[in-house]
Amino acid sequence: MADKTELWLPSALNRRRFLGVAGGAAAAALLAACGSNNGRAGDSTTASSTPPPQTTSSAAGGASTSASAGGQSGGASTTAGGSKPELAQWYHAYGEDGTKAAVERYAASYPDATVKVSWFPGDYDSKIATALGTGEAPDVFEAGNGPSIDAIQAGQVADLSDLLDASAKSDFSASLLDRMSFDGKLYAIPQVIDMQLLVYRKSALDKASVKPPTTIDELLVAAKALTTGKQKGLFVGNDGGVGTLVGPTLWSIGEDYLTPDNKVGFTPEKAGPALAKLHTLFTSGNLLLGAPADWSAPDSFTNGLTAMQWTGLWTLPDIIKALGDDFGVLPWPSDTGGKPSAPIGAYGSAVSSKSKNVDAAKAFVKWLWVDNAADQLDFAQSYGFHVPARASVAAKAEKLKSGPALDAAKIVQDYGHAQTPMLWSPASSTAMTDAATNIIKSGADPVAELAKVVTKVQAELTRILK
Amino acid sequence: MTTEGAVAPSRSSPVSAPAASRRIGPWRRLAGTQNRNVWFWVFVGPFLLGLLVFVYVPIGWSVYLSFFDAHNTVTPTDFVGLANYSAMLSDPAFLSSLGTFAIFAVVIVPLTFALSLALALAVNRSRAFAAFYRSAFFLPTACSYVVASLIFKMSIFNGLPSGMANWILSLFGNDTGVPWLAVADPPWYWLVLVMLRLWLQAGFYMILFLAGLQRIPDVLYEAAAIDGAKPGWQTFRYITFPQLRASSVAIGVLLLINAFQAFDEFYNTLSNFGTYPPYARPPLVYLYYTALGKEQNLGLGSAGAIILAVLIAIVTVLQLRFLRTGRSAS
Repeated sequence: MADKTELWLPSALNRRRFLGVAGGAAAAALLAACGSNNGRAGDSTTASSTPPPQTTSSAAGGASTSASAGGQSGGASTTAGGSKPELAQWYHAYGEDGTKAAVERYAASYPDATVKVSWFPGDYDSKIATALGTGEAPDVFEAGNGPSIDAIQAGQVADLSDLLDASAKSDFSASLLDRMSFDGKLYAIPQVIDMQLLVYRKSALDKASVKPPTTIDELLVAAKALTTGKQKGLFVGNDGGVGTLVGPTLWSIGEDYLTPDNKVGFTPEKAGPALAKLHTLFTSGNLLLGAPADWSAPDSFTNGLTAMQWTGLWTLPDIIKALGDDFGVLPWPSDTGGKPSAPIGAYGSAVSSKSKNVDAAKAFVKWLWVDNAADQLDFAQSYGFHVPARASVAAKAEKLKSGPALDAAKIVQDYGHAQTPMLWSPASSTAMTDAATNIIKSGADPVAELAKVVTKVQAELTRILK
Repeated sequence: MTTEGAVAPSRSSPVSAPAASRRIGPWRRLAGTQNRNVWFWVFVGPFLLGLLVFVYVPIGWSVYLSFFDAHNTVTPTDFVGLANYSAMLSDPAFLSSLGTFAIFAVVIVPLTFALSLALALAVNRSRAFAAFYRSAFFLPTACSYVVASLIFKMSIFNGLPSGMANWILSLFGNDTGVPWLAVADPPWYWLVLVMLRLWLQAGFYMILFLAGLQRIPDVLYEAAAIDGAKPGWQTFRYITFPQLRASSVAIGVLLLINAFQAFDEFYNTLSNFGTYPPYARPPLVYLYYTALGKEQNLGLGSAGAIILAVLIAIVTVLQLRFLRTGRSAS
């Protein structure tokens, strides 16, 4: 009996009791986790509703569209003679209604293979990068501006140069093919061209007697004049433009990420003050921040939360539906020494080199994105708006030939800039994003921040070109 | 104590074993009395195998990767020695992520500790509806971090004047609202992150404290009352809290480890289109972007993970040591 009291006394903390409590805690944690997803990285990426750059998430709960593969496409396999190869194809989650059904329809109508489409909300780029490093890579997948330089150098993606004969090659935009090539080999077939642009509400500008801005300083003035009551002047994303406006800012002063011969293309002394103007905007109170739908969705603009918004061409059908012709489109305005600009990018269809059916996968890519003009046209103009990657198909896109869509097409020609160069590696991009966040949100010394980026980018260029 | 005494002789059985082994074969020796060793492995084996395959092999692999230039591959060939470690330890972004963690831990560990202890004391005392309160406070633990993050980000703490937090502010005369998660200065995002984690975790640690509270024998309180201890603070200070020592230490350590491993709510409230702001980036989020995001620099990421694991181990050991010596001194 005497030693039983020992258990009651506070001295009884030994390893066994500690582990006992800790073990009980672990068991309780298991219990609490039952049926719920509080898992780690993989799960949360899939479930996150933050869309990648080129998407629009028209509903805030974009995550509700399931990440699992579509059912319809699987049906084709029953009719097969048994010898048809099976291909897995991945897309990021496009926000516009009907897009998923459309790509499943294209896949199901392909006669020579059974194609299973998977659709991924969340951080799709990371998902692809991880999958390519494991044996889980899809046979065919879309990649923003083609596969990354790291994936190409690691030999994870197949050379697609032989899918384009001379006439097909001349039909694609040369700059896009160039962007998806490395060392003379083509690694992706451009699907459609996407662009980012500035949309503004005509009636709001008239009411405030503001002209569509053509320079950054005019834009700042306009944003102030347009901020009234619950309406903010401008929306460039909840991060204040960190994710979208670095490129346009560099181009607005006549600089770039990299020079054509792959050296650092910007100077901290000039680019720093230009980025600092975005900090002025961020702290002005005229910028919409913390909106439930981000810049890639039209909701903030169509709901009157902002008079101007930086968004993508793909939102135009929704904006037309909501506002009719009460809106116009603009490129990002110029600053001293540069021109207005609009980033253009393209999702490219790529093939994993580890696929068991590389040839069948390449044949499918050729069938869908090179030969199949009807489906390409449907994909470009029936859901969100995109510019077809092939000139001959673009000529048939009637919906892009009037109103703001036509203005946007002109902006592509006059002011289009490839979003980022091929050798602008993910690590360079992270360094620039960190610096831009510090400059725009925290007001850090812009020249010092960009000097750090220059060091990092030079190290990356040395690594890649070794 | 007594049960252990009963088991001990038959486990090693120093007296009978030599005699027995002379009579029976090697299999019997291996299997042990009553096949004890066989059953030991039947029950422990599968678990151990899982642990080996899913925990120790990956950790070992990670150590291996950390000595290589492993861009986009898990079977690297380019040995770089300690270069990844020195790169990581001199990387200002990684060091600042440790700073971010430190701030987070300093705030969240004591807050969760105090709140869950307070909840446990309240629930333990309440005579009516105790089961209801217990369940109600525990329920958020069953909610997914991801779902909770999205609710906090999109509806409670969005930047519009119509967001819930801003609506409450407007009752006090602030009509413009605050863009909670978008601004870095002032750092409102900490308020959101801390509230989110408190809401999700407090109920869970409350249950642990409740279990501890219910192990305190009533006779102690009776004895204290007879000796003239006042109910309330005095009883709590000299009876309840010291009796909760084992629970308190375990919970403190678990909270700290959990804070180290913070990922889900940070990632899901603050990431933007595959980018993440550097000012509120805890170590795991930074390593996620380095190793598993677009960069796929598995060597550097592994080195960071090893550094982090060693740090967690050191801090935990120090914490336990500190708390134990604290006891013997008093």
